[in-house]
Amino acid sequence: MNLPSSLGRRISTYFYRRPTIALILLLTPPLLWLGVVYLGALFALLIESFFHLDGFTGQVVREFTLSTYGELFTPAHLDIILRTTLMAAAVTVVSIFLAFPVAYYMARYASSKVKAAMYLAVLLPLWSSYLVRIYAWKLILAKEGVFNWFITQLQLSGLLDAVLGLPVIGGPSLSLSSLGMFIVFVHIWLPYMILPIQAALERVPPSLIEASSDLGARPSQTFHHVILPLAIPGVVAGSIFTFSLTLGDFIIPQTFGNSSFFIGLAVLTNQGVAGNIPLAAAFTVVPMVIMAFYLTAAKKVGAFDAL
Amino acid sequence: MRSDPARAPLSLKIATGAVLVFLHFPIAIIVLYAFTTDEATFSFPPPGLTLKWFSVAWNRPDVWQALSLSLNVALVATGVALVLGTLLALAVHYSRFSGRDIISFLVVLPLALPGIVTGIALRSAMSLLDLPFSFWTIVLGHATFCIVVVYNNVIARLRRTAHSQIEASMDLGASSFQTFWYILLPAIATALLAGGLLAFALSFDEIMVTTFTAGQQQTLPIWIMSQLTKPRQRPVTNVVALFVVAVTFIPILISYRLTREK
Repeated sequence: MNLPSSLGRRISTYFYRRPTIALILLLTPPLLWLGVVYLGALFALLIESFFHLDGFTGQVVREFTLSTYGELFTPAHLDIILRTTLMAAAVTVVSIFLAFPVAYYMARYASSKVKAAMYLAVLLPLWSSYLVRIYAWKLILAKEGVFNWFITQLQLSGLLDAVLGLPVIGGPSLSLSSLGMFIVFVHIWLPYMILPIQAALERVPPSLIEASSDLGARPSQTFHHVILPLAIPGVVAGSIFTFSLTLGDFIIPQTFGNSSFFIGLAVLTNQGVAGNIPLAAAFTVVPMVIMAFYLTAAKKVGAFDAL
Repeated sequence: MRSDPARAPLSLKIATGAVLVFLHFPIAIIVLYAFTTDEATFSFPPPGLTLKWFSVAWNRPDVWQALSLSLNVALVATGVALVLGTLLALAVHYSRFSGRDIISFLVVLPLALPGIVTGIALRSAMSLLDLPFSFWTIVLGHATFCIVVVYNNVIARLRRTAHSQIEASMDLGASSFQTFWYILLPAIATALLAGGLLAFALSFDEIMVTTFTAGQQQTLPIWIMSQLTKPRQRPVTNVVALFVVAVTFIPILISYRLTREK
């Protein structure tokens, strides 16, 4: 090619005879980036969480201590962790219920053309416009916005006010309530639940369903005893995404809700305004630990056996 | 598992349709609001429709600045991801070495971990190294999570490419470079394009990692976020939001067409 051919050939032969050197040359640049820069950064974060902030000077003291992790166990911080975990769990459960019909329809009934269109309809929001969709919900949930317009048309304002009056999920308006935040979370992460469930259902062999009905099972029995168990790996895979992404998100709690703190917001504030990077780092470790517990539990239940 | 489409229960059809509407309704709202005449609030239905805000947005230098930063970051990050992702895919596909599983895991990590983890990790590393925030720190963050997209696309294609073509090329006396240029590259070209387009869309819309690696500079998503808290002209934000949807949807649609298996 560009190299004089004899030289090019000599280099080529050299590497052909020494595949290890060729491999090292291929691997070095990406591994420098991911292994050194990225893993190094994660490691730096972990190290940082073992430092602590001196309360008097406001400086980070670079000595090993567990006191920053100790701070996580104060009631105010436990409250944040509990609230975030509950939100992530609620988002995951509702996502499963919303995702299932779509995934089931795609896998079982959709013709190949319809399936391709539906696949794209799920894929587009997954790959793009995270922020724009959040912005759209700001428009929708605003007091003068679409949602309230529909509620007024349906004459359900009384019901909405009653719901917003409830202590934990309510707030001055839907946009400023935990309920509103919850709706946005479900909307944003739903595609991550649909695709794995669809993939799992796609793998259910038709012969199993036929066998079940040949042996006298009603369609609902086939659904409960054959299809549902085989969908579990997909549900678990999807819930890993919805759970972990909700735990770590800070844009949605920043934009919606009644300004009560979530893990992501706590990280952002401690890192920025408060300048308490060790505490921010310790907070980031929390979602990772929760996810580790979640994965272990999922494994115990046997969720990965069918994968 | 397949059944006759006509036999789908009505309730299932309704539920599926409703969820799909829920998934796309906000995008429709973005399209509608880009044309609203309402300046101060988000009132629905819009009191009137106008094209005025497109020209107002066109004349806003801050929008252009954010747009050009976002485009540049996305282009450079995509370029870096293309090179690194391809190298990694070639290495993992054509060599047997211990630690291949670790590499496949490592490459997915930036996408599987919440953006905040990647963001704050890079930020603390930068502060430990006294690295000042710049264009390049944003690119660093974006390229990190874009590599996986390219890698996935290229390795999927390599697995479907017959090895016999490469052997034939070598048997006929081509050097490794010639084989790469004439056989391998054409085979993975559309996968590279598809991966690159996805990476571009991913980077163009990214905000979580960028929040931590950007310093004072505003990418387009950061600009939109700042307008959410301190709105200057709400309709301009609506127009920009519509623009971001278009810029991210189009590459994804193309990339989908390129990678669809027949």
